[in-house]
Amino acid sequence: MLHMFSVGVMPLVFLGIIGYGFFRRVNIFDAFLSGAAGGLKTLFGILPALVGLLAAIAMFRASGALAFTTKLLAPITNFLHIPSEIMPLALLRPISGSGALALVNDLLTSAGSDSMVGRIASVVMGSTETTFYTLAVYYGAIHIRDSRHTVPAALLADMTGLLAGVYICQLLY
Amino acid sequence: MMGYIWGGMIVLSFLFGMIGGQTEAVAQAALDGAKNAVDMALSLLGMMCLWSGLLEIAKQSGLTEKLARLIRPLTRFLFPGLPPDSPAVMAMVMNMTANFLGLSNAATPLGLAAMEELHKINPRPERASDEMCMFVVINTASISLIPTTVIALRSAAGSVDPFGIVAPVWICSSLALLVGVMASKLMARRKRGQR
Repeated sequence: MLHMFSVGVMPLVFLGIIGYGFFRRVNIFDAFLSGAAGGLKTLFGILPALVGLLAAIAMFRASGALAFTTKLLAPITNFLHIPSEIMPLALLRPISGSGALALVNDLLTSAGSDSMVGRIASVVMGSTETTFYTLAVYYGAIHIRDSRHTVPAALLADMTGLLAGVYICQLLY
Repeated sequence: MMGYIWGGMIVLSFLFGMIGGQTEAVAQAALDGAKNAVDMALSLLGMMCLWSGLLEIAKQSGLTEKLARLIRPLTRFLFPGLPPDSPAVMAMVMNMTANFLGLSNAATPLGLAAMEELHKINPRPERASDEMCMFVVINTASISLIPTTVIALRSAAGSVDPFGIVAPVWICSSLALLVGVMASKLMARRKRGQR
């Protein structure tokens, strides 16, 4: 049932957007081309960050530093029943979007995209945001000094996303 | 911040590599990682272009605005201090819709416009208002209809079920959003009670 939703939503959204575009007589192919060109620009914009971060992560893994870090965090991860490989992702996610993306890619190739770790990493990546980046951009723009309860509330939401991802995946797969 | 994390990772890698006698493997890993980044970007490229193109159709056909109108009633609950047709609410609703559809390029300018509007009616300009806290928390909880980037990554990594995570992502991000919204409501009330 859940799986049906997961697989079905993409074609439905495609159909809905194209259908509505026809209905409103938009020049759909021209609109598509200009949007797709924008996607190209976005991706090339983050490529330099990806190169730097994936290189650093590969080095971190090859040197044994990653295994050491996950072992260090084992008491916390065992207590919360989080697979230890997920912990670096959980720590990096609120700080760097491209860093987290690079970590997820690393986990998907090293652990397998359909493994438990791969699925949890995918769900956690999809359901959380780069909290501190968002905060810095939005509050920085209007020079807010005192963000009051924004950080605790946002981190609480991130924690919820992480734990929910871990437990729901373990329940489903 | 990222500078420290990035630099620290590289320095630590070389230290660990020297202790374990793996310096050469670490240097090789740097090259492999850089190459992987390009492979990863290439595997994401098709999906990114396809999706951005479709979203442009949604924008030009007015579908985005239509969706925005659907979620406007919610703003009475989220921002009880603001009239639903104020420019601040309009900008916030458009931002949330853009985020929901995954239009992150469009979402940020709309979000900044919303912050400007909220700033105009903020009695204490250096302190975030209740509305600002709520709005930023909603933005950090990232509800999206289709997590396209993750799907593309999974598909590139050889998943037999790249779409399988969509419904779990909905559940988790809804829970996160719910907790974030409730926490902002409760904390805003408590702080106000103290004064």
